[in-house]
Amino acid sequence: MAEIAEPTRSPVAAVTGPVYLLLFPIPVVCFLGALITDLVYSSDAVLQWLFFSEWLIAAGLVFGLLAALAALVELIAAEPLRSNIVGWGHVFLFYAALIVELFNALVHSVDGWTAVVPTGLILSIVGSILALAAVATVFLVPVTWVPAREVRRANP
Amino acid sequence: MPTRKLLACAAVLALASCGGSQKIDPESQFGPNPNLPEPHRGLLPQMHIPNVVGWKPGQAPTVPNGFKIQAFATGLSSPRRVYPLPNGDVIVVESKQTATEPLDRPKRPIIGWMISRAHGPGGEGPSNRLVLLRDANGDGKPESRSVLVDHLNAPFGVVALNGYLYVADTDALLRFPFTPGQTAITAPAEKVTDLPAGPIDHHWTKDLTASPDGGKLYVGIGSNSNAMERGETAEYERAQIWEVDPATGAHRTFASGLRNPNGLTFYPGSNTLWTVVNERDELGPNLVPDYMTSVKPGAFYGWPYSYWGQHVDPRVRPQRPDLVRKAIMPDYSLSSHVAPLGLIFYSGSQFPAKFAGGAFIGEHGSWNRPDLNGYRVVFVRFQNGRPVGDPENFVWGFVGEDGNARGRPVGVAVDRTGALLVADDVGNTVWRVSYAAKPFKVSGAQMTSF
Repeated sequence: MAEIAEPTRSPVAAVTGPVYLLLFPIPVVCFLGALITDLVYSSDAVLQWLFFSEWLIAAGLVFGLLAALAALVELIAAEPLRSNIVGWGHVFLFYAALIVELFNALVHSVDGWTAVVPTGLILSIVGSILALAAVATVFLVPVTWVPAREVRRANP
Repeated sequence: MPTRKLLACAAVLALASCGGSQKIDPESQFGPNPNLPEPHRGLLPQMHIPNVVGWKPGQAPTVPNGFKIQAFATGLSSPRRVYPLPNGDVIVVESKQTATEPLDRPKRPIIGWMISRAHGPGGEGPSNRLVLLRDANGDGKPESRSVLVDHLNAPFGVVALNGYLYVADTDALLRFPFTPGQTAITAPAEKVTDLPAGPIDHHWTKDLTASPDGGKLYVGIGSNSNAMERGETAEYERAQIWEVDPATGAHRTFASGLRNPNGLTFYPGSNTLWTVVNERDELGPNLVPDYMTSVKPGAFYGWPYSYWGQHVDPRVRPQRPDLVRKAIMPDYSLSSHVAPLGLIFYSGSQFPAKFAGGAFIGEHGSWNRPDLNGYRVVFVRFQNGRPVGDPENFVWGFVGEDGNARGRPVGVAVDRTGALLVADDVGNTVWRVSYAAKPFKVSGAQMTSF
């Protein structure tokens, strides 16, 4: 992990990196939750599950938008991320998940069954796969919780 | 790998938004056999809400040649119904929604905001009361105005019957001792029966009429949702017309499956109850047609399981094929999303002969289709107690050339002189339409000129 202490890391990125890592899991959990409540709704048609899905997707989009902004700043400000093809791939997957879930929110606003079956459920599956793929790549991305200076100090 | 996923999701999105675009002529939806396209909502329901600007001094809606329109009363606060009394007094029901609907879904505040924008401020003064206008000489210019009953809870329907004034608040049917001629009612309200109301109370207007013999009252109770998306229990005793015993308050369901029935009126000289109904939204700009229908006792009109007879609504679960099989078609389509809220049959003698027994319908106007529909009072001719031909514009111009809304018509009524009264809850005005030409000089050309 020593290469994280890249000296070109800007002060802005030192903030947005941790902010991104803090926010990034929230939409992922929300979208996966909405997939689960969609599956339940499509099996029993109890409307409360549709409402759960709608709120989960809405919350995921709110926190996802904030995370997306942090990721954008990180891309612009942090050379390690910018120059890393996996980093680009990660951000792309995350953005793709958000875009799919934005459409999913609109589909879920239908009054009843067709809010989920079939299109809403398909979008929840696609959005969740993209979000999980983003999770799989986040560990390979040179974004860190720890500001560069502290990492340096921690290094013997 | 990501590219493939993107393609997959693009395909899904295309799936979500494709389908028929429902491009049909709205006029093909008039009458007993409307053209019904396939449901098509799109990702967002298409919405078009005109800015509310109100009427400037001197502005008025447009009426056909030979007719004259003037403001009967202005400066009201969201007038929704007009009820002329035999002595020439006119009761105006000022009414605003009092219930706050629960925030069950993220889309509620957005739609609520849209609808409140379409309504405008609705007058600055106090509302939810009955105002009495006295036009003793029948010239269309009331000499006095008084508050007949104050502090009501979102009232809509009123009926004077057997020494009482019955008022349908959103949560209760009330009655007050009343003799026409009174300008204020001081006696306390007596509750005849509770009406289905909170905690949601989505379609909150409760219209009211009495049977011709005065033996029964009929109350229209709208649904608590668009298409049962708040669940079955929220629709208990809703989307139906009640028949109420005025003496005891006992009720039975007279007809059901009527999403939002208003304008309850008996056809003159008959025992046939008629209503206009606001049908469901978000199946596309040209679905589902709103309608006028005679109400058959015990009949089921489909909501929420099916529309226009037995066209199944794909959104509703559980499905009820047993009920869909029972659903009957309404009589007469007014086209989609016109939002009819007022209905009166012309029983006066002032207007030309073709109007006798025909229906005037107040169309509040659409908010969920790209081209505005409604925002007018239409006339539908009747022959042998049945509607014939297409609706004709009778009072229009509620939306100006600039696309801004000056007003929106709701309740309609025929006054003692045979003039038509129209409540305009956005323009905060009651309009009065009279026939300018002398009836005996009416030529055929004039009668068919519009």
